[in-house]
Amino acid sequence: MSIENKEFKPKIVAFCCNWCSYAGADLAGSSRLAYPADVKIIRVPCSCRVNPMFILRAFEKGADGVILCGCHPGDCHYSTGNYYTRRRMSLLFSMLDYIGVENGRTRVEWVSAAEGVKFSTTMNDFAKTIHSLGENVRLGDIRCKN
Amino acid sequence: MYKIAKEKLPALFQLLANEQELILPIKNSGQVNFGLWDEEVEVDLTALNSVKSPKDAFFPQGESLYTCKKDGKKIEIQQEELRDKDFVIFGMRPCDYRGVEVLDKVFLVDPVDSYYQARREHGIIVTMACSEPEETCFCKVFDIDCADPKGDVAAWLDKDFLYWKPVTDKGKAITEKVSSLFAESDDKAVETIQEDIRSIVEKLPYSNLSLEGWGAGKTDEKFDSPIWESFANSCLACGTCTFICPTCQCYDIKDYNTGNSVERYRCWDSCMYSDFTMMAHGNNRTTQMQRFRQRFMHKLVYFPTNNDGMYSCVGCGRCVSKCPSSLNIVKVIKRFQEEGGKAN
Amino acid sequence: MQELITRGKELLADGSVVGILGWKEGDFSYNPEPAFFQNEEELDKFIYDGFCGANLSKFMIEASKKEGKTLVFLKPCDTYSFNQLLKEHRIDREKAYIIGVGCSGKLSLDKIKEAGVKGIQKITEEEDKIHVETLYGDKTLNRSDVLLDRCHVCKGKEHRIFDEIIGESKETNDKDKFSEVEAIEKMSSEEKFLFFQKELSKCIRCNACRNVCPACSCRKCVFDSNKFDSAQKVNTNSFEEKMFHIIRAFHVAGRCTDCGECSRVCPEGIPLHLFNRKFIKDIDELYGEFRAGEDAETVGPLTEFTFDDAEPQEAVERG
Repeated sequence: MSIENKEFKPKIVAFCCNWCSYAGADLAGSSRLAYPADVKIIRVPCSCRVNPMFILRAFEKGADGVILCGCHPGDCHYSTGNYYTRRRMSLLFSMLDYIGVENGRTRVEWVSAAEGVKFSTTMNDFAKTIHSLGENVRLGDIRCKN
Repeated sequence: MYKIAKEKLPALFQLLANEQELILPIKNSGQVNFGLWDEEVEVDLTALNSVKSPKDAFFPQGESLYTCKKDGKKIEIQQEELRDKDFVIFGMRPCDYRGVEVLDKVFLVDPVDSYYQARREHGIIVTMACSEPEETCFCKVFDIDCADPKGDVAAWLDKDFLYWKPVTDKGKAITEKVSSLFAESDDKAVETIQEDIRSIVEKLPYSNLSLEGWGAGKTDEKFDSPIWESFANSCLACGTCTFICPTCQCYDIKDYNTGNSVERYRCWDSCMYSDFTMMAHGNNRTTQMQRFRQRFMHKLVYFPTNNDGMYSCVGCGRCVSKCPSSLNIVKVIKRFQEEGGKAN
Repeated sequence: MQELITRGKELLADGSVVGILGWKEGDFSYNPEPAFFQNEEELDKFIYDGFCGANLSKFMIEASKKEGKTLVFLKPCDTYSFNQLLKEHRIDREKAYIIGVGCSGKLSLDKIKEAGVKGIQKITEEEDKIHVETLYGDKTLNRSDVLLDRCHVCKGKEHRIFDEIIGESKETNDKDKFSEVEAIEKMSSEEKFLFFQKELSKCIRCNACRNVCPACSCRKCVFDSNKFDSAQKVNTNSFEEKMFHIIRAFHVAGRCTDCGECSRVCPEGIPLHLFNRKFIKDIDELYGEFRAGEDAETVGPLTEFTFDDAEPQEAVERG
């Protein structure tokens, strides 16, 4: 088995809030808009449910990229959840960049329930970025690699 | 007795490393720890103690025991292979060597720990005398002569030379392989070094520490003393003392889910941690006082009780210099001496 | 120092306090331990000198559970931690009698040893010099060369909370607190990675940094949970230590007073404050300057927001 022939298939984890982005993904599906199969969606009640540990955990278990989608600021189902998300993720992503994890591997996007198109283009774009960055070797548990 | 000029040491390391893995004290980001030698590393033979003790080489902080893989309805179990290649560990201090002897009492008695045993069989230990003992040292209290190290090979360092004396068969075998680099030497130089070391040891503040009142069978005397509480109040419950200690041997066994298999591994445990010896019914030491007491009673009472009076402290002084709250085994011994009488 | 002891004895005698949190003299000149004194006799072993770096505010959590008031000695920078704990309702102001003690910078044993000192027998402090008597000869060092790192970015000589103050303080601030962080930010991604990989590979997961931290006051830490399958006692590989240190710093982001205890206690000398200070710098730049522990009321930056905060991508790419 040679490694060169093995095509890089990224693992991408997308945390989507139940009220907007998950519905946006649904709409993308029912509108027959394509997004890469590499993206695995995890539904969360609100984007602010995402603890920084979730993101690191995804990387630990072998994710090459993690994207977090929530309602647009101002539209949160719980009024203010995503504002907290925004601050937390700003700090976390900045820290990841600081310890030398390529900053394209993490992203936050606001996708509403009506934005099926945005969901699909976002995911396509993110998958492309991860493809170009290649495998995540700086932040993962080697035991999960084989 | 052989000798080799200090500047030729890299050649010696190279030669040793050609045949087998070589582990020695390495300076990395300002701290000295034992690690694998290669041409890039900065070897530091002058540091008295490595931060972490070299027990890692025989009893690593974490090691996989076996892996369970699931394939449909079948479960495949892969045992971790035992060490089957020799390695040399260079520059262990006499106290660290005693630490290994303590571990032997735990892991090489029935039931024998096969992972440890394999490493012990394949490890060749080159110990080095302590040219400059420090104020934190108290190995003399445990009858260790830091001027006359035990091990497969004993070594001494002075300004210009490293002196090398094979002791065991293993030591003689490894000496033969590298003897091309050595010159013969008489014992005089080493005797001078030893005299210097011993004269300093006499002056060390802890050399006269008395262990009176400790040892086998002293459980009842010490167990309920209120002195423990005064220590436990300041203890942070971190694991520094246990993880840098050359004799702490408690471990925990855990499972790790990698997503496609489960790895069972063991890792050092610390009696300072709240989940130490956690069982299904809970924990039998619920306060920090009990956990703190466990550590020192184990070293100074329980272990000697079960091992013909052998203490499981070697006086390396690591906990003396590293405890964040400046608590340590010497303070425990001293405070019992000072206050022991009135405590009861 | 004698003044502190006398005052402590007075307060014990008139019953205003039932116990005293202070530092107890060690068997060397450099190893005093944080201690809880319960009577006047014990106070004879009280000490306050350059090696009393330990921040006692966290010990007030336990002391707050006791009956009666505890006298606690706090250095100017310790009062920030005290305020922060007060804000989080972890300690009870009514249970504490605070004597602010003067501080002119605390000494680092590691730095003294790095200066080539071996076999210390005695250390005596003078205004700006330190005399060390050793088994291998005597040495004199400049005080400013052997100060704890945190003292070079001293927060000032003002006590933020106290009942009375005894002693004079001196500012020892002579470095920009963000200069180390900026130097790392300027590195390439590869260099950053290698730098932290090298530093963190030394981590032995003793948890001293967590346990000493006055902001880490959870009753049960997430890293002690037995439901969490990542190793808590060992770095099985390079991921564990990164996860631990990022999360440790993140959990105290916006609450960390930059007291520097984490870096002081690390047995492997890992500059852990670099994580905390990065968060402080980002918070200052993105959400306005904020210093945790300045008072016990202001809402922290991560429990607050504005409608026009920066987006995460902008925050990372701001350069």
